[in-house]
Amino acid sequence: MTQMDPVSTFIHEEPSEAAPGVQRIDVDAVSSKERRSYYASRQRIYPKRARGTFRTIKWVVMAVTLGIYYLLPWIRWHRGPGLPDQAFLLDFANQRLFFGPIEIWPQELYFITGILIISALGLFLVTSLAGRMWCGYTCPQTVWTDLMIAVERFWQGDRNARIRLDQSPWTFDKIWKKTATHISWLLIGVATGGVLVFYFRDAPTLARELMTGEAPIVAYVFMGIFAISTYLLGGIAREQVCIYMCPWPRIQAAMFDQDSLLVSYRDYRGEPRGPHKKGQSWLNRGDCVDCKACVAVCPMGIDIRDGAQLECIQCALCIDACDDIMGKVGRPRGLIAYESFHNMEAPSEADRKPVRFVRPRTVLYSVLIALVLGIMGWAWVMRAPVEISVIEDRNPLFVKLSDGGIRNGYTLKILNKTHVEQRFSVRVEGIAGAEMAIVGQTHGERDVTVAADVVRALKIYVSVPRDVEAELSASSTPVRFVVTDATTGEEVIRDTAFRSPGR
Amino acid sequence: MAGHKEVDAVTGVETTGHVWDGDLKELNKPLPKWWLYVLYATIVWSIGYWVVYPAWPLVDGYTRGMIGYSQRNEVTKDIVAAKEAQAKFVAAIAERTPAEIEKDSDLMEFVLRGGATQFGNNCAPCHGRGAQGFKGYPNLNDDDWLWGGSIEAIEQTIRNGIRSGHADSHESAMPRFGIDQILTPAQISDTAAFVLSLSGTSGDAAAIERGKVVFEEQCVACHGPEGKGTVEMGAPNLTDGIWLYGGQKADIEETIRTGRGGVMPAWAGKLDPVTIKMLAIYVHALGGGQ
Repeated sequence: MTQMDPVSTFIHEEPSEAAPGVQRIDVDAVSSKERRSYYASRQRIYPKRARGTFRTIKWVVMAVTLGIYYLLPWIRWHRGPGLPDQAFLLDFANQRLFFGPIEIWPQELYFITGILIISALGLFLVTSLAGRMWCGYTCPQTVWTDLMIAVERFWQGDRNARIRLDQSPWTFDKIWKKTATHISWLLIGVATGGVLVFYFRDAPTLARELMTGEAPIVAYVFMGIFAISTYLLGGIAREQVCIYMCPWPRIQAAMFDQDSLLVSYRDYRGEPRGPHKKGQSWLNRGDCVDCKACVAVCPMGIDIRDGAQLECIQCALCIDACDDIMGKVGRPRGLIAYESFHNMEAPSEADRKPVRFVRPRTVLYSVLIALVLGIMGWAWVMRAPVEISVIEDRNPLFVKLSDGGIRNGYTLKILNKTHVEQRFSVRVEGIAGAEMAIVGQTHGERDVTVAADVVRALKIYVSVPRDVEAELSASSTPVRFVVTDATTGEEVIRDTAFRSPGR
Repeated sequence: MAGHKEVDAVTGVETTGHVWDGDLKELNKPLPKWWLYVLYATIVWSIGYWVVYPAWPLVDGYTRGMIGYSQRNEVTKDIVAAKEAQAKFVAAIAERTPAEIEKDSDLMEFVLRGGATQFGNNCAPCHGRGAQGFKGYPNLNDDDWLWGGSIEAIEQTIRNGIRSGHADSHESAMPRFGIDQILTPAQISDTAAFVLSLSGTSGDAAAIERGKVVFEEQCVACHGPEGKGTVEMGAPNLTDGIWLYGGQKADIEETIRTGRGGVMPAWAGKLDPVTIKMLAIYVHALGGGQ
């Protein structure tokens, strides 16, 4: 097992200039390939602040995603009396999911399956186009970690200040800075868990209950769980989550191909690397001045110059860092850039070609997404506000009556998904002379009312007189229940069977 | 690990030093130490379970744990809680008449579900899980009732039983016409032919005529002059399509020869009055109640 002094790995005695005006940063990639033992101690990573195009994009993405997360439960959506007016509500207590105009019953949970399938396919498509965009920009782990690092920097300063602070003895200054950081992280955690519970219960009501301490105990429990996990995963564990806990980095390799745009170090341009002195020629050497700015900003602690690697979440901060340096040394930007394997391996500039976005893999993913979207859209349009289901009695299959007739029992369920009480007329078709009786109704009464938003189960007996039964040719005769909407006249039909002793 | 570190030529990563099949080597991808510590922490945590919860089997029992947890106690608590939750329904069932119960849909739901459970626990061994009955054990789904098919009559039957020895039990006995040599085998055969003719099964007209004479002498006292049976005697209607002991001629001859007298236990004392009332309403609602 390699024993390493955590301090000495970061501080070298002689910092040198990588190029005129470019300081060489004392940093080693903690996940570099030379540093492996069976059990690795965690090496603290101190990501340096990056500035540039991709950092700006990431700030915007963070603002948008956190904005959506924190504000979504507060959007109202009027649905009528007796119904929640929260646009986005997972109402498990009443077994309904509300997404704006969409209302999903437990029987329709396949819509959620469809959304998950589309999400997965969307992830595949994006990954095959431009690598781990999800990981680098929008994954909650990345967004919250980014937020936690920003908070840490606010209290403790940038990379060098944080390293110095960690190495310094426990002074009052260190104690209050560390305390302020952790308290801020915990508060972010509490806010995160606090908002999560609003997705499951009317937000203004729950907010009032939380203030007065009357909220359900489960709300506090989940707030606590998410507060702690946000603090632990975003504040403490950070890159460890991506490297060791998340399965996605393992799967993604199957999504890349020669044309996927990945954050890459253009070694053909950068090598051989080395410090550059003022006035020195750039001929016969690479553009990389080995300043390690790309390593210093990396939140995953890798050296992008080692090539594509599992730990890289492709957040593109190294692109910003390197572009900044290239500008200072007067070389073209893009030494680290989104680049395809194909172009990375091109033997010369002439062999490079524009990235093909339309290729079998991306077409396949797009077609699949369109297909699932189409199926879901069709299912949604065809979604009936009234559904019925019929369950035949299985035990006994049929009952012989004293007059020699045969009786079957059924449970007919009517789902009224509308928000008003509906009146339906029930009849059975398929056997002339069959008599239908609905339990709980006066004899011959075929009309039933189903209250708004409920499933009503009716016990129905269908009897066939002896002489009619004698005409039935088989032990199972197809019959159908027809439920007619009394106001619109619309019919919903379910096929079932009438069982008899048979010939 | 071996003393020296071997580095894989392709990846530049150190190997673990393990070799399989002569040349298969494993790259050293170290597990984070905190992960290892989490494993140790779960092991330590598990020791806590041994202390707090029942864990180790002993020769004469098991270690009980500090908090005295037992699944049986949990079930007992659940049952008490369930009973409390059911209390208002139970009280309502005890107070109200069946007709009143049927009007209250919530209460009726409780009665039907509870009745189904109680039926499965107590009645299904003889009458079948679907109350479909077997030979000698009536089908309770149909509309043919030996001792009456109103809720009150069913309740009374469940409470006191049939030939159960209970003081208020339904009592009656069909004579053993053959065994006790009241009728000759020929007379029994004729009577069976006549009984079959009551429900529309044709046969030898002469035999039916002879059987009719026997029937009027021996059977009308219980089964009535038209063979429609009497509820007071528990004597079945012989003109319908339902045969408790089989509707073939041989079955009927056997019935006349040996007599019949099925027994149902009295459930009063075994089940409380509310349960019996629930069962009566449940059975009545199976489709054939009168």
